[in-house]
Amino acid sequence: MAGFNILKHRLVPEHVILSEEEKKKLLEKYNIDEKQLPKILVRDPVVKAIGAKPGDVIKIIRKNELVGEVVYYRLVVKE
Amino acid sequence: MIENIKFGLLSPQMIKKMSAAEITKTEIYDADGFPVEGGLMDPKLGVIDPGLRCRTCGERMGNCPGHFGHIELVKPVVHILYTKTIYNILRVVCHDCGRVISKKPLVGKSKRTCPYCGAEVKTVKFEKPYIYKLDGKTLNPQELREILEKIPDEDLSKLGIKGGRPEWLVLTVLPVPPVTMRPSITLETGERSEDDLTHKLVDIVRINKLLNENILSGAPDFIIDDLWELLQYHVATYFDNEVSGLPQARHRSGRPLKTLAQRLKTKEGRFRHNLTGKRVNFSARTVISPDPMISINEVGVPLMVAKELTIPVMIREENLDEMRKLVLNADRWPGANYVIRPDGKRKKITRENAEEIAKELSPGYIVERHLQNGDIVLFNRQPSLHRMSIMAHRVRVTPWRTFTLNLCVCPPYNADFDGDEMNLHVPQTIEAQAEAEILMEVQHHIRSPRFGGPIIGCEQDHISGCFLLTKKDTFLERSKAFQILCEIGMRPGIDFTLPKKNKISGKDVFSMLIPKNINTEFKAKACRGCEKCRKEKCPYDAYVVVKNGKLVCGVIDSKAIGREKGKLLSLVEKFCGTEEAHKFLDRVSQLGIRYLDHRGFTCGLDDYDIPEENLQDIRKYIEKTKQRVNKLIEKYYANEIEILPGRTAKESLEAHILAELKGVLSYAEKLVLENLPKSDSLVMSQSGARGSLVNLIQISTCVGQETLLGERIHRGYRKRVLSHFNWNELSPEAHGFVKSSYKSGLNVYEFFFDVMNGREGLMDKSLRTKHSGYMERRLMNALQDLKVEYDFTVRDGRKVIVQFVPGEDGIDPAKSDWGEIDVENILLNTI
Repeated sequence: MAGFNILKHRLVPEHVILSEEEKKKLLEKYNIDEKQLPKILVRDPVVKAIGAKPGDVIKIIRKNELVGEVVYYRLVVKE
Repeated sequence: MIENIKFGLLSPQMIKKMSAAEITKTEIYDADGFPVEGGLMDPKLGVIDPGLRCRTCGERMGNCPGHFGHIELVKPVVHILYTKTIYNILRVVCHDCGRVISKKPLVGKSKRTCPYCGAEVKTVKFEKPYIYKLDGKTLNPQELREILEKIPDEDLSKLGIKGGRPEWLVLTVLPVPPVTMRPSITLETGERSEDDLTHKLVDIVRINKLLNENILSGAPDFIIDDLWELLQYHVATYFDNEVSGLPQARHRSGRPLKTLAQRLKTKEGRFRHNLTGKRVNFSARTVISPDPMISINEVGVPLMVAKELTIPVMIREENLDEMRKLVLNADRWPGANYVIRPDGKRKKITRENAEEIAKELSPGYIVERHLQNGDIVLFNRQPSLHRMSIMAHRVRVTPWRTFTLNLCVCPPYNADFDGDEMNLHVPQTIEAQAEAEILMEVQHHIRSPRFGGPIIGCEQDHISGCFLLTKKDTFLERSKAFQILCEIGMRPGIDFTLPKKNKISGKDVFSMLIPKNINTEFKAKACRGCEKCRKEKCPYDAYVVVKNGKLVCGVIDSKAIGREKGKLLSLVEKFCGTEEAHKFLDRVSQLGIRYLDHRGFTCGLDDYDIPEENLQDIRKYIEKTKQRVNKLIEKYYANEIEILPGRTAKESLEAHILAELKGVLSYAEKLVLENLPKSDSLVMSQSGARGSLVNLIQISTCVGQETLLGERIHRGYRKRVLSHFNWNELSPEAHGFVKSSYKSGLNVYEFFFDVMNGREGLMDKSLRTKHSGYMERRLMNALQDLKVEYDFTVRDGRKVIVQFVPGEDGIDPAKSDWGEIDVENILLNTI
């Protein structure tokens, strides 16, 4: 399966790494520190594919039949 | 106010400091029957006799919480509940200097030395229940304690010990619980009977004393060791009398003693029995029965119950006269049971003193009045699986002996009337009453948060009735229509105005109930899914159109007003509010019943009469199918069967046969639809009130294939299911095909197959409910502290975000239309 790009699979939603500034804004918006965000492991295939590092926040844009798009955020963590 | 609770060990000093008395004597009472000082019932430990005052705090019984005492143990003993902890500590510390020398328990035979003192590390062995061995030599609790004492304070955090000392795990002083938690009871004969704990403590004191005497008199070591061991046993069973490896301490009668652990543990223990499952006042429980004529938010309360349950009412100028009347009634409903004077004195109202009390009443008095019509109460049926299991109802006092409820509210409670009992609770304060009314009243729970449709809706006869009434050819005399509407509590001219005609159509009658601002179009149950829908001109009258609260066309059935499906009901709830939906539901359900009363509704065996020639047809069809199956079987033996992917030849054969036999049912279906006489049984099935087409077919034509676990029936004797068949027979009859109908009667083996199938259904149901109940319980416990915060994030108890939008789509299922947003109807009804 060399060269298979999981990001192009139709069941994998779009993943974006947030910039430092966007991350700060997000934490401010919800008045939380990063520990209160949902987590994702660094060894997750998608995290590897987009090259995120522990401490990064990933924005996941999911498609939803009823409401179009739903965004979700996850903090990349070490094991 | 309790600010925090800390769980930990008591130090010996602390135990002595808490102690009100040292217990040294084995006698409990002296010759005159008074408790001995220094005995286990020492008066300093609290009072359990009414009238006496406590020697320690001076309070009376009820106010004195009791006080601990203590026993000085002559020799230390191991705390039985911490034997594992002690073992784990011993494995990681040096037994000479007490330093922690290893992160992991020391294993293996390689000799090691302590890095701090250089002593050789010994292997520790723990033998249940409380023996520790160092290199094979038994440690006595004294030596054990000495090792634990050596562990320096700064090493404790490495052991995971906070705020305590490990040597406290070996007891030198035993706290004696206050008498209030082990009261003695005086039997009718005047004999005293002591609590199990007291018995156990007497044993401890006795052995402790004996051991002390033996040590002082210089008894030989083996005697002292034996007594020490005995003391250890008694202290261990005092904490837990169900330790494996120890014989249970028994009462004289042979009953095992209930000691500390036994008091707390298990379903009958303190936690699950007394704390999680408390009993409450102001509640009632009795059998339930149906009453279709009361409103959905009412509950019929027996007079006997209404006279027992009370609500406290504070007297003001405004309600003085009213309350005075109630007091004068005393125990005659509606009356009152007690008055509470402003000084807090309670007085029972009897017929004799009623007048006297009534005169005395003035603002500031509180009257505990009987339950009256219209009071708010909470009504509940176990198992309480969802929030609709407890709802607030309005009281309606009845002369009977059961709680009565409207049939429409059976589904949320999952109640039927085969002997079910339900509970009723009376909120006492006006705050509680208001809260119940706003949050919990039945009408607020019509739409279920589970699937976004009405969980409270019309059932059975309500649907049959409305179906018959709203059929195209139903017309009523004006007078009859008027009468029916009045019967269901509608006021002429206010709630309804009939069209100025002599013959009123059923649709017009039904229209009187629909709120005027409702507009909608939907397909009824009768819809056959034609390729091109002719809408208003539907030949089956299956296209429902409601314009400005008038039923223009279409027939009302389960898809309009039924539970879980009723579109019209759902719409009324959404656009007219819960109160209007409540009224609508009450009226529609009663209209259905009333119409059936006038028309007559009955079903009998002749509902299932199918013309003889049609029955011949089906028999012929079955014969033909059998021949085809026989051909399949021949093919199978000749190895010519068409093999399906992923199946063996035999499995393929089974699949082919099942497919063939299913054909019989679909043939029968067509036949029944065309030839079954127009009957009330058919009405029930067509309107979705009760019964399916399959039920009709099975009764009238042919029961069809019986299955076990989705296959033909193969279980039974060797090589055959029943002795009616040949060995290895593969024919339809031999494996559960029933060609008779329920009406014509089943032969012996057909009947047996049918019963097998029936039993499978029964087993399935009971096993499934058990499993799903437990799974649901676990899920609820896991999710119970999730909450939607004010910023619309879902967070758990630690305020960690679980979802950024509730449900990932932001739709509240309890306000949705079957989980979605019904844009079409929102437009129709709001613009």
